[in-house]
Amino acid sequence: MGGVRWLLLKDLQILRRSPLQAGLLVVYPILIAVLVGFAISRGPEKPRVAFLNEVPAGTRITVGGAQLPSANVKGRICGRVECIFVADRAEAEDKVKSGDALAALILPANLVNKINSLSTLTPGVPEVEVLVNEENAVKAELVDDRITSLLAQANLAVARRIGSEGGRYLNLIVNGGEFKALGGSFHILGLRTSAKILEAVTPALPKGLQPSLKEVTNFAAQARDNLDVAKPLIARLAQPIKVDKVVVGGESPPLEIFAIAVAATFTLAFVVVLLVAGSLALEREENAFPRLTRGLVSTVGLLGEKVLLGMAVGLVVTLLMLLGMQFFVPLELGRIGLWLLAILFSGAALGAAGAALGAAAREVRAVSLLAFMLTLPIAFLSLVPSGAVSPVVFDAIRYLTALFPFKPALQALTAAIDETGPGIGGPLLHLTVLFFAYAAIARLALRRFAAV
Amino acid sequence: MRAENVVKRFGSREALRGVSFEAAAGDQVAVIGPNGAGKTTLLSILAGISKPDEGEVSSTNGEVGWVPQQAALYRRLTVEENLLLFARLEGHGDPRASVEEMLELTGLRDRRGEIVARLSGGNQQRINIAIGLLSRPAVLLLDEPSVGLDPRQRSRLWEFVSALAERGTTVIFSTHDIQEAERYGGRLLVLADGEALFDGPPDELREAVRREAPEAADRDFETAFVAYLHHRGH
Repeated sequence: MGGVRWLLLKDLQILRRSPLQAGLLVVYPILIAVLVGFAISRGPEKPRVAFLNEVPAGTRITVGGAQLPSANVKGRICGRVECIFVADRAEAEDKVKSGDALAALILPANLVNKINSLSTLTPGVPEVEVLVNEENAVKAELVDDRITSLLAQANLAVARRIGSEGGRYLNLIVNGGEFKALGGSFHILGLRTSAKILEAVTPALPKGLQPSLKEVTNFAAQARDNLDVAKPLIARLAQPIKVDKVVVGGESPPLEIFAIAVAATFTLAFVVVLLVAGSLALEREENAFPRLTRGLVSTVGLLGEKVLLGMAVGLVVTLLMLLGMQFFVPLELGRIGLWLLAILFSGAALGAAGAALGAAAREVRAVSLLAFMLTLPIAFLSLVPSGAVSPVVFDAIRYLTALFPFKPALQALTAAIDETGPGIGGPLLHLTVLFFAYAAIARLALRRFAAV
Repeated sequence: MRAENVVKRFGSREALRGVSFEAAAGDQVAVIGPNGAGKTTLLSILAGISKPDEGEVSSTNGEVGWVPQQAALYRRLTVEENLLLFARLEGHGDPRASVEEMLELTGLRDRRGEIVARLSGGNQQRINIAIGLLSRPAVLLLDEPSVGLDPRQRSRLWEFVSALAERGTTVIFSTHDIQEAERYGGRLLVLADGEALFDGPPDELREAVRREAPEAADRDFETAFVAYLHHRGH
């Protein structure tokens, strides 16, 4: 154990003597991590759309001669996309052509009139105009999907408003009340009150007239009951099919938490794998390996020292990164114990994987390249969600990524950061298994490749 | 130090074929032979870095120090840091005192704070040897120790090594320089294609040349040695 301590000190001295390499080792993965985290957290959910509203201000949709309150279509659209407000069609077209906006949405001046005509004998077809730049197939599909979705949302908002107003009128017919129109207020008796009045006056009428009046009373009651049923039906017309989302697996953390976990795992993985692989390869590049392992330090001791080095540096860098993230996204500091647990287990497994790489190479440069070539694609594959590729390919990716510590490290860090997320036990167990597997591979590789 | 019928194979190639020899305290043995003869393989087996496929190696007199052909040093550390690291790894009670002793021995006291990468090859080799000596070995194995040294550095190296042998350290070194082997090797172990062809003092080798290749017997030692190898089919 004493030997491990002195080797650890030596590696830290070497790191201190190579400030550029040490700096790059820390800065580069953090840069990648921040970029990936930024890309994930931004997502495509708020594309920039040029928005031109030519509908005259104050124009309302009317139902039955009464104006509906505003459905706030502009607010709804601009809440889901980043609206760039433009003055005219030419500007909208320029924004799309230049790529400043993904698309342009133009609400023509006659849009509300066309919607109002739907309740007349000569209905028009309300249309909105969408300008797109289909220079790229992926972009074109994205725009189509996004605009279709936005218009569906707008249609739904208008339909709900109409349904709601229709329901209010039905309520007035059934239960009676005040109706405001044309600047005046009218009292509507309502079917319920009418039936009660008729029932009250029935005994005072001649017996010959009473059966006929009874029929009228019954009709009023039936009409009231049926119209009561019609109210929810009208409301459902706006959205006949309701989405009932049930999460059956893969509880996902909030996007910003996931992005932070991804960024932290990227940093940890690169720092630990590169440092451990590089420092082990350095022992061979400097010809020190045979000198060390002929009695001064055991092979297991040497591997342990490298993994410890990776864990220590990885812990410091990742912890600082998480604490730095705290300024942008509030994290639950009470869970710092779990952070440490996740970082240390991940660091150990990633370090063992780095040792396996380092044991197989003789030069630091070669092993650094190898570490990048292996870690980067594995890290990106670990982020592929189910459904993004065919089931066969996804299964292959799942098995492949399960063999490398990146994915379980990401799961462990996500679980450690996200208080509502799944438990940390499974990922920690996975990391433990990988640690022992890679440590065994590293030991075998050292014996196989390091022999003089 | 004793090696008995040592065999080492790399795949189907036999690098050493039943090599046996003994070296006593104070012996200075030069292992010579053409490229691929098995010199480095033999030294690495004696050092315990490689294991023989057959045969046995034993050292009854304690620690074996090993100085590899290429300097086994951390080039980003200073001279002192390198020595201190290995003194600590050797478990010295007072590692700093050992470092001072080695700095004195190598004559690098003034350059103790210099990064090793900035030192000449000769000075790097001196530290390399000093690290091999830190274990205070009874047997010191040197794999081509004078490669890359200028004549003055070489002379200082052999002075230093000979002094160790005089104090009772068994010194076994490999070299391509036949004159150096003749001058500093009290005994020569001649290897060729993994076989030990000769084991004895330089004078006996010259006698063997006189018997087997008389035309080269009175030439310089290197020419005589090459003639001997040629006569033995190598």
